[in-house]
Amino acid sequence: MNNPHTIIQKEEYKSSQNVRWCPGCGDHAILNSVQKAMAELNLKREEVVVVSGIGCSSRFTYYMNTFGFHTIHGRGSAIASGVKIANPNLKVWQITGDGDALAIGGNHFIHTIRRNIDLNIILFNNQIYGLTKGQFSPTSKRGFISKTSPFGTIEHPFRPGELAIGARGNFFARTIDRKLNLCTEVFKEAAMHSGTSIVEVLQNCVIYNDKTHEELTDKEEKHDRTIILKHGEPMIFGKNSDKGLVLDGMQLKVVKIGENGITKDHLLVHDAECQDSFLHLKLTNMEYPEFPVALGVIRKVKAPVYDQEVIHQIERVQSSSNIKTFRDLAVEGDVWEVE
Amino acid sequence: MQRRSKIIDANRIAVRFSGDSGDGMQLTGSLFSLTTAAFGNDISTFPDFPADIRAPQGTISGVSGFQVHFGKGVCTPADLTDVLVAMNPAALKSNVSFMSPGGTIIMDVDNFDKKNLVKAGYETDDPIIEDKLQGFNIVKAPITSLSQECTKDLKLDRKSILRSKNMFALGLINWMFNRPIDYTRKYIRHKFSHKPEVMEANLRILETGFNYGNIIQAGTPSFHITTTEPQKGLYRNLSGNKAVAWGFLLAAEKSGLQLFLGSYPITPATEILQELAGRKDLGVKVFQAEDEIAAIASAIGASYAGALGITNTSGPGLSLKSEALGLAVMAEVPLVVVNVQRGGPSTGLPTKTEQSDLMQALYGRNGESPLVVMAASTPVNCFDYAFYASKIALEHMIPVILLTDSFLANGSQQWKVPEEGDFPNIEIPVSRQKPGEFSPYLRNSEKLNRDWVCPGMEGFEHRIGSLEKDAETGAVSHDGPNHEIMVHLREEKLKRVANFIPPLTVEGKTEAEVLVVGWGSTYGHLHTAIEELTNEGHQIAFAQFNYINPLPKNTGEILSKYKTIIVCELNLGQFAAWLRNHFPQHRYIQYNKVQGLPFTIKELKEFFRKNLEELK
Repeated sequence: MNNPHTIIQKEEYKSSQNVRWCPGCGDHAILNSVQKAMAELNLKREEVVVVSGIGCSSRFTYYMNTFGFHTIHGRGSAIASGVKIANPNLKVWQITGDGDALAIGGNHFIHTIRRNIDLNIILFNNQIYGLTKGQFSPTSKRGFISKTSPFGTIEHPFRPGELAIGARGNFFARTIDRKLNLCTEVFKEAAMHSGTSIVEVLQNCVIYNDKTHEELTDKEEKHDRTIILKHGEPMIFGKNSDKGLVLDGMQLKVVKIGENGITKDHLLVHDAECQDSFLHLKLTNMEYPEFPVALGVIRKVKAPVYDQEVIHQIERVQSSSNIKTFRDLAVEGDVWEVE
Repeated sequence: MQRRSKIIDANRIAVRFSGDSGDGMQLTGSLFSLTTAAFGNDISTFPDFPADIRAPQGTISGVSGFQVHFGKGVCTPADLTDVLVAMNPAALKSNVSFMSPGGTIIMDVDNFDKKNLVKAGYETDDPIIEDKLQGFNIVKAPITSLSQECTKDLKLDRKSILRSKNMFALGLINWMFNRPIDYTRKYIRHKFSHKPEVMEANLRILETGFNYGNIIQAGTPSFHITTTEPQKGLYRNLSGNKAVAWGFLLAAEKSGLQLFLGSYPITPATEILQELAGRKDLGVKVFQAEDEIAAIASAIGASYAGALGITNTSGPGLSLKSEALGLAVMAEVPLVVVNVQRGGPSTGLPTKTEQSDLMQALYGRNGESPLVVMAASTPVNCFDYAFYASKIALEHMIPVILLTDSFLANGSQQWKVPEEGDFPNIEIPVSRQKPGEFSPYLRNSEKLNRDWVCPGMEGFEHRIGSLEKDAETGAVSHDGPNHEIMVHLREEKLKRVANFIPPLTVEGKTEAEVLVVGWGSTYGHLHTAIEELTNEGHQIAFAQFNYINPLPKNTGEILSKYKTIIVCELNLGQFAAWLRNHFPQHRYIQYNKVQGLPFTIKELKEFFRKNLEELK
C-alpha cells in the first residue's frame, strides 16, 4: 500500500508479466527510465494510468504495475483524453509509436496536442513497423528500403517535433533510448508539465531497423552530432564543448568557439519557455550532418489546460445556475400542470 | 365572442404549417403544439425540413413543414393533413397529395403570383383547378399584405415584417381551434425583449391573424377537439433527441456517476450533443471530438475512468465506431451508443427516417462481438430507454447500442415529468474484493459481469485491453481453448441480460391467429392501425419489440401462439431475419418500406386486411 510518506521504489512499478520485447530492443531501456522517473516523482501507483494503442511499444501497458489500458490502433490519445477529462486527478501516460501516433492515429495526435489535454505522450520513434515485421513508417527517411518499399520510399517523413509544434504543442522533448539518464530527466519534466507533453524517443528496433539512430549514439562521435538543450544555458556541444549555435539572420549556424572571434557569449541561450515557436521549430528540425540533433526539452510553454478548463467552466456555470438536479431541469420552462 | 356557423367536432386533427425554409414554420408549429398540449390535448409532432440550409426560395426543395397531430389517443403525427397552411405555391404543391379529403387549405394568396407559381412547377394560374382542389375548403388569406398593413407605422424594413408573417398563420390557427394566444404573446415578449419594434410587429401580426378568423368566419370552419383526461402531474413537450439526452442525465443522477458524452456532430443526432453541451449546470462533461472514432474512444476512456461514458451518432458514424465498440466488448466496459438512424447506405438520406442499421448494430464488428441492442418506440420513451440502456450498461458492464431514428428524434409529444420513484436506482457493481488481492476477471455469478473498479482505487491496479485475456487471471492469453471459453462467456453474459428486461406484451386481439410484429419507432403507426382494425371487428394481435439483443425471454412462447407473423419495418427485413434466425419454425410475412418516411396507417391497414382475407 502506498503511504504518502514512503518513497516508492522503481521495482514497485514493474508488473508480474514477463517483458516480451526482443532482446536488445530499445523499449527495455525506455520502460526502465519511465519506472525510474515515476519512482523519483513518487507517483502513487493507483493514480497512474498508462494508455496505449497497438504496436510493439504499446505492450508497455502490461509491464506496468499501475492502472493500464491497452487499446486499439491509433486511438490511444482519444481514449487517454477521455480518461483525463473524466478524472483530471489521474496521471495519464500514453505510450505510442511512429505508426500508432503519426499514421493511423495522426488525427487524434494533433487534436490532442491542440487542445492541450494534460497527457504525457511518449512516442517511440524507430522509423519502422516492427510488430507487423518490417514495413516503412511515416518517419522512415525518403528512399528507405523495406518490405513494402523494395525500391525505396517516395514520400517525405514526418518530423514529430515539427508536427507537434505545428499543432500548437506546448511541450516537446527528444531523447534517445541509449541515454537512460536523459530519458529519465525528460520524462520527469514531461510529467511535471501541465498540458500535453510530447517526448520523442529515438528508439532502436534491433530486428527490422537496427542502428537507424547509430550516427547519434556512436560512442566517439555522439557529442559532435547531438546537442542537449537546457533551459537558460548556452547552446554548446561537441566532444570538447567547443561548438555552439548562433542565429545568422533567420538561420541557425554551427560555430566554433575561439574561431573568428566567437566566444561563449555569442552563443544562443536556450529559452524553452518562449511562447514564440520560431526558434523551437528551427531547433527541432536540425538534422545531422548539417547540424547536431537537438535533445532535451526543446519547448515547454504554459497555456490553458483543457481538462482544467472543463472543470472551471462547470464551476462557473454551476455557481450561477438554479438547476442543481435533474428535477430542477425537468420542471423549468414550458411546463403545465394537470390537477 | 360570437360563435361560428360551422363547427366540426373531432377526436384528432392534424395541422400542417408549410412554407419556405426561411418562413419560420418550425417555430410556428412548435408554438402551436405547446399551446394545444397545455390545453389538454395529446400531441404528436413531426417537422419535415430540407437537407440544405438554404434551398432555393420558392421551390419545392426549399419547402419546410411542421405537422402537429392533436386530440385524444394520438400516437403518430398522422398520415394525412386536415388543415394545411401553405405560405407559397411550392408549399401547396408539395403537400396536396397528403391532404385528407375535404380538408381545409389556408393559402397566403399574396404569394400565389405568376413567378412563384412557375417556381413551384404550376403550369396555369389556378392551382386549385390544376390540382383538382375544388372539394377542399379553401381559405385565401392575404397574409403578407395584412401583415404589412398592420405594421406600416412601425419603423421596420420590409424584410423584418415578412419574417414575422408566420405569426399571422399562428393567430389564425389558434382562432380556428379556439386556443388562446396568451402563450405565444408571452413567448414573443420574451424573445424580442431587446427589440421592441420587432416585438410589437410580431404581436400585432399574431392578433391580426387571430382577428382575421373572426372576420371571415363564415368561410372558415372552426373545430372542437376532444381533450383527454391525463394523469395528474406536470407535463411538457419533449422531442426524441432531447428525451435521449435527458434520460442520460437521470441515469447519471441515479447512478451517482458523472456523465461524459464524447460526440461528433452528425444529422440527425446532433441535438443530443447540443442539449448536453448546455448542461454544465448538472456537471456534464461534453467532449466534441475530432471525429466519430475519437468520440467513442473518449467515451470508453471516460467510462474506464469511472464516468457514465456515452456517445451518440447516426449510421455512417456507427460504421466508424465499429472497431472501438469491439474494444468495449472485449474490455467489458460500460458504454451506451445512441444511433439515430437515417436513410442509408453511405451519406444516404441524412434528414429522412429508416430502420436499416439494425444488422450493423447487431453484427457490425469483427469477431464474435455480442452487445445489447435496444430501440425506443416513441419520442418520449427515448427518455426511458436512454435511462435503461445506461442501467444495463453499468450493472452488466457491457456496451449497449440504443437505436432511435430521425422520426423519433425530431418528433415530439407531451411528456409527464417523472415523479420520485418512477425510475429505479442504478446499482453499480463496485468491487467488494480486498485491495491488493484484486482479480479483474472475477465475475458476478448471476450477471457474469466483471467488478466495477476505476483508476484511483488503491490496491486495485490492473491492466485490461483489446487482446484476449485468460478467463481466470485476466492476463493476456493467446491460448485457443481459453479463447473459446471467453467467446462463450461473453455470449452468455449478453444472454443473461434477458433475465433483467421486461417481457414482451401483446395488444389487440391476443387470441387471434395473426400477430403483427414491429420494433422501435413504428409503434405509433402499428398501434393505431391495429386499434382501428380491431375496432372494425378484425381478429389481429400486435407486439412491439424494444429489446432486440437479447430478445425478451417470452418471445418464443408468444410467437408460437400465432399461425402467421407479419413483421413490419422500415428496411428490407432485418428484424424478420433476426426472428427467423432465432425461431425458424414460424411462418413470417414481411411488410417493408424504404422511402425515408414512416409507415402510414392507411397502407398498414390495407396490407393487414389483405392478409387477413387471404388467410381465411
